[in-house]
Amino acid sequence: MTLTINGERRQVADGLTVATLVTQLGVRGRVAVELNGEVLRQAQHPEVTLRDGDSLEVVTFVGGGA
Amino acid sequence: MDDALVIAGKRFGSRLLIGTGKYPSHEVMKRCHEASGAEIVTVAVRRLDLSAKGEASLLHWIDTSRMTLLPNTALCYTAEDAVRTCRLAAELGMSKWVKLEVLGDERTLFPDVEQTVAAARTLVKEGFTVLPYTSDDPITARKLEDAGCAAVMPLAAPIGSGLGIRNPHNIRLIREVVKVPVIVDAGVGTASDVAIAMELGCDGVLLNTAVAGAKDPVRMAQAMKLAIEAGRSAFLAGRIPRKAYGSASSPLEGLVD
Repeated sequence: MTLTINGERRQVADGLTVATLVTQLGVRGRVAVELNGEVLRQAQHPEVTLRDGDSLEVVTFVGGGA
Repeated sequence: MDDALVIAGKRFGSRLLIGTGKYPSHEVMKRCHEASGAEIVTVAVRRLDLSAKGEASLLHWIDTSRMTLLPNTALCYTAEDAVRTCRLAAELGMSKWVKLEVLGDERTLFPDVEQTVAAARTLVKEGFTVLPYTSDDPITARKLEDAGCAAVMPLAAPIGSGLGIRNPHNIRLIREVVKVPVIVDAGVGTASDVAIAMELGCDGVLLNTAVAGAKDPVRMAQAMKLAIEAGRSAFLAGRIPRKAYGSASSPLEGLVD
């Protein structure tokens, strides 16, 4: 299936959960995920199964002051 | 003497709040944080870089046992974007403390106070502890307090400008009109700017570039810590009134002929 992740279109295996996708992205450390405009709670990451055409924003903390 | 900074019922031993951007390296940032004594540290929320696999997390370099994370909404230009960023930050940081920042202009980075107040109202309703970056306008500061913000954070000067406190009179007025902590945020250039903010009666100072961009950032972080302490002590001690003419501090009598 095709997902849009942080504005990039990506082909991934069907039936992935959000948590599995995050692992496959090679993420170390904590991320927050917005799925089709809705912010997911951390506890939802292993429960929510992604569907073809879903759009995700995957964010993390970076350095910044103002 | 206990002179803690209290924000939304939480006590902090330092009145300095420090950022995490623009340091020469993560190692230098960590040493600056230690030297500054700050207990509140601001971080930005950004898209994960999908091409940079396995890059060490920023949080690896922040002692979260000692420091409270304050995610910011830096470079958001609408209330909607700022609120969305705060919701993501809450899921990232496991806390609902945020530095709200809604900008109105790319050149000056001045805040859009109308959008800031609107975002603050929404966030307070959602249970966030909101510390908003704002202009040095006392009326806006009062609106933000009325919206339920836990502090107000007027700018000294444009973000990253290092121009220091451009309107000390307004900063003092803000301190007079609101009850919540007043934290000068943005525009600080050097230690004397911090001392002036504290002498005006402000409750704290938030800075980033003044330390991160200094030739010796760690030494500047230490200077900022000392300036916070010196300015705060001077404020509490109560300065002498200004006079137009000289007034000798030695006795006028008993001069040798």
